Amino acid sequence: MSAVRDDLAFVNRQSFIELHARERAIALFDSGTARELLGPFDRVESPWLPLQGVTPQADDGCVVMKGKISGRAAVVVALEGAFQGGSLGEVSGAKLTAALDLARADGEKGKPTAAVMLLETGGVRLQEANLGLAAIAEIMAAILSLRRYAPVISVVAGTVGCFGGMSLAAGLSSYIVMTREARLGLNGPEVIEQESGIEEFDSSDRRLIWAINGGEQRYAMGLADALVDDDTGQVGKTIRQLIEKGVPREHRSARVAFYRERIQSLDATRQLDPNELRASWRTGDATEPGK
Amino acid sequence: MERIEFNYPAKRKVSGRAHVGVVGSGDLEVLLEPADGASSRVFIRTSVDGFRDTWKAVLDRFFAKYDGAVRIEINDAGATPGSVQLRLEQAVEALGS
Repeated sequence: MSAVRDDLAFVNRQSFIELHARERAIALFDSGTARELLGPFDRVESPWLPLQGVTPQADDGCVVMKGKISGRAAVVVALEGAFQGGSLGEVSGAKLTAALDLARADGEKGKPTAAVMLLETGGVRLQEANLGLAAIAEIMAAILSLRRYAPVISVVAGTVGCFGGMSLAAGLSSYIVMTREARLGLNGPEVIEQESGIEEFDSSDRRLIWAINGGEQRYAMGLADALVDDDTGQVGKTIRQLIEKGVPREHRSARVAFYRERIQSLDATRQLDPNELRASWRTGDATEPGK
Repeated sequence: MERIEFNYPAKRKVSGRAHVGVVGSGDLEVLLEPADGASSRVFIRTSVDGFRDTWKAVLDRFFAKYDGAVRIEINDAGATPGSVQLRLEQAVEALGS
């Protein structure tokens, strides 16, 4: 491909990261098939945020859409990273759980419905802590029961990333799609620094953070299934391919013995190097979860 | 968080509804719907307290040009007056499309 064509592709590319949750969700569906469930005008917002002096959002930062992707029934749940860091509260958690449960019910009736979760989230919303934690548990249970019937795909595009309880939910999904800009990890860098000190983790060291939590590293270690550019077309194409691929033969989270062995073989007496880790974990077939 | 309400006279009915924006830092969400009767009502919830006069100035200017009978709900996370004006205009544009 010539340099001019590369430049054109770059200029004409539509960023996925720059889209808000609703626009991201719509962009994934076959044209004209998407309809929103519990949209902003249904006004199912957080009852807890105004009590604490925090402005709520009419959809509680959780957009649920049903429609067709690649001609197959699918539900997309998009978390709005710009609203309260994409955090999961009572309402947003219940919307996400209900969407997955309805997809599972369709699967049980012989109408497999895939789920795509667009995760820009720091996890549980601190203002609704206990309800958020309960929601995460329900979401994880819902993923486990849905993924027998249809693939559950997590997309972490950036720039918030996916942390906290929702990183566990991402880990249970059938496939994880990431961009280079995205980060996926249990504890966020600021949390690690706050709890264990700057010697343990310097949350201002972007190179360090991306070398551990970044999409490229996660993909190279076999912990994500696809690495895509920040391009709406490419994200959509990848999701269509994964939906067509269907339920993986074995889910990553079911490979307990495989990962236990890998973790036990690590030498924790010295600082692990991201590149070495990439080289040693790349071996094996962890990146090939499909049929 | 402060709650602010305004009323403005209106001349014509509108149809449809529009939702624009997000409650993210420096931004706001606008829900625009038809209102019954010959007046418009605006309900604001803003994370920044003490700017009632500024909100009034922005909405006075908006309703000096716009005469549809609407119910506007605004959830604000510290948007500047310019951003508020643009979001209101975007909502009206979305209503028309």
